[in-house]
Amino acid sequence: MKWAEEIPREEWVRIDQVIHKYRERHGSLIPVLKEVQDICGYLPKKVQHRIAQGLHLPSSQVYGVVSFYTFFTTTPRGKYIIRVCLGTACYVKGSKQILDNLQRELKVGVGGITSDRKFSLEGVRCLGACGLAPVLVIGQETYGMVTPGKAIEIVRSYP
Amino acid sequence: MKTYRTHLMVCAGTGCVSCGSLNLKDHLESELKNRGLSDEVKVVITGCNGFCAEGPIMVVYPEGIFYKKLTPEDVPFLVEEHFLKGRPVEKFLYTGPAVKEKVPLLKDIPFFQHQVLRALRNRGLIDAENIDEYIARDGYAALSKVLSSMTPEEVIHEVKISGLRGRGGAGFPTGLKWEEGRRYDAFPKYIICNGDEGDPGAFMDRSVLEADPHSVLEGMTIGGYALDAHQGHIYVRAEYPLAIHRLNIAIEQAKNYGLLGKDIFGSGFDFDISIYPGAGAFVCGESTALMYSLEGKRGMPRIKPPRSTEAGLWGQPTVLNNVETFANVPAILLNGGEWFASLGTGGSKGTKVFALTGTVSNVGLIEVPMGTTLRTIVYDIGGGIPEKREFKAVQIGGPSGACLPTSLLDIEVDFDSLDEAGAMMGSGGLVVMNDSTCMVDTARFFTDFSVDESCGKCVPCRVGMKVMLNILNRIVEGKGEMEDIERLKRLGQHIKETSHCGLGKTAPNPVLSTIRYFRNEYEAHIQDKQCPALVCVDLIQFRVNPEKCKMCGLCKKACPMEAITWEKKTPADINIEKCIRCRSCIQACKFGAIE
Repeated sequence: MKWAEEIPREEWVRIDQVIHKYRERHGSLIPVLKEVQDICGYLPKKVQHRIAQGLHLPSSQVYGVVSFYTFFTTTPRGKYIIRVCLGTACYVKGSKQILDNLQRELKVGVGGITSDRKFSLEGVRCLGACGLAPVLVIGQETYGMVTPGKAIEIVRSYP
Repeated sequence: MKTYRTHLMVCAGTGCVSCGSLNLKDHLESELKNRGLSDEVKVVITGCNGFCAEGPIMVVYPEGIFYKKLTPEDVPFLVEEHFLKGRPVEKFLYTGPAVKEKVPLLKDIPFFQHQVLRALRNRGLIDAENIDEYIARDGYAALSKVLSSMTPEEVIHEVKISGLRGRGGAGFPTGLKWEEGRRYDAFPKYIICNGDEGDPGAFMDRSVLEADPHSVLEGMTIGGYALDAHQGHIYVRAEYPLAIHRLNIAIEQAKNYGLLGKDIFGSGFDFDISIYPGAGAFVCGESTALMYSLEGKRGMPRIKPPRSTEAGLWGQPTVLNNVETFANVPAILLNGGEWFASLGTGGSKGTKVFALTGTVSNVGLIEVPMGTTLRTIVYDIGGGIPEKREFKAVQIGGPSGACLPTSLLDIEVDFDSLDEAGAMMGSGGLVVMNDSTCMVDTARFFTDFSVDESCGKCVPCRVGMKVMLNILNRIVEGKGEMEDIERLKRLGQHIKETSHCGLGKTAPNPVLSTIRYFRNEYEAHIQDKQCPALVCVDLIQFRVNPEKCKMCGLCKKACPMEAITWEKKTPADINIEKCIRCRSCIQACKFGAIE
């Protein structure tokens, strides 16, 4: 696997710290997964095993939770995460076309990562900025009232 | 306390923040300082003002002058004209879509005129990160009244008189739920606030949490007292970082003031609240699924009974209410249940907050009495449909709701009337759709959503919705058969009757309601292989009408695929092979020449 990169030692240390912090708390799996994902950027199998051992849970339960919630990912993400809002208000104003265009432009499917690892493309459910529909978020930057053509221009403007 | 002659309320809801309102605030403060006005004019950051379409918004008090769409470049001029010379700047004032005249005062703007604020009573008036401002607006007065002079039974009685029904969608009477929760003698008990607002196109809970977090904390504490519970949890979507941030601040402040934690108001009652960010699963808005999620498990609903009031979180009696429900509670206990019940219809009392979005002029957050007609909401408050388009439908209730057509515009919106129309209140998302929206595609969109978000526990929802989606995909691709309509109806009915949880029981609603009210569109897709709204890409081809084309070349510029050929003084032409039907050219053309 191309993406199966090693997790650096200092990240393992931080992962163990997180596990230790929550070890005694009832029902703490989701917060632990969140903090660990913040450290590594994603949750590969090795990391899931470590968490399962640390919290004395079956690995299947950890994997079950990781795969259930959209917040967690088992693949690494690109440098910029492009999130296209697919909430109703944005959809009505044409966000699907934006997503289609970006898929074509970046040659990547929804949930995928470009071959140069620059962009990840994601469709999200309602960002709650319906007043600006359709909305596109790249990294921390929010773009409102985007057209399919403008979306491509915006993406191309990223170095 | 220092007094200022003027207060500038700058909206810092998520919508306005994305338009740069925080930057605006910094510019305002530095400009006021440069002009030596810092001691006279104060800039306040408030929660969502509601009128998101016009952001960033600033309201000047005491006059109540409403400024819209301000940019940092406007600030020096604005400060000089208005705050030094005392002349409101006309060009930043609101202009209605119908009337050309400027409307300077907030109270005169039609968007605000028809609204009655109860759950949003502090909207745009207080700094959400300052507990003193909440207290100054009678905040925590209800809690003090409850703890010092009422028994838990009296509290529940008052809530029952008010007729308050759960604002999360299903509309279960809150008083009854509390009474049931109190009846069980198993301790500890829990109070949960459901802020997992998953409906796409809905942002009511987010706005309440961002604008007035203390009202929710106060409501939960009152609920805790009524139930004899000492621990509350707030489950908030991870997509709402600002709401989580403000809640944390609010909890911290309330604890410092002795309004949360041990021995509240010296009454001996203890109550603590913790925040739990969700991890992105729509089904976690269902109460039992949410509780499993709180326990760190997959959020899958379970079969009821037992109800969660008997065995909820960790198997203990738990009362779960929506954000807006809790926000209503302090006002009810302060003013009395009868006051609350004086507004609304027979079965639905009080007001309801809606997120009005889609193709309507005034996008934003509104609160209206129950029983207000859709027409008032769409036309009087929403300002009608922009760009000379026609109204087609309003989608209410998100993926569990329905699309209501023009003929139902005069329906009085409450729990029961919507139920009759095959819709559902839902959490309060209202998405207006104009004639460029394809109803079959809309149904497909919601079905796709439900398939994606189904937890997979029960067959009707997991498999049935998938089959419905396949049929709908076939129809929008032009491969549908006339029998498909009946198939969808039959299957939808089965899924409604046999699914475990509320998500599955309502998931077919978007399809069933569009078949009921827009059957002709299904027939057009199937029989004529046409999409009347020009949305479904497999059924349309674009071409330029040479008679309407003014040869301006804008379409060529807009086309991302270079599929349009155009030279000066000749009409444009579209290369069908290259065209990806992205509609960029339609939007760019000012003459409607692309068909």
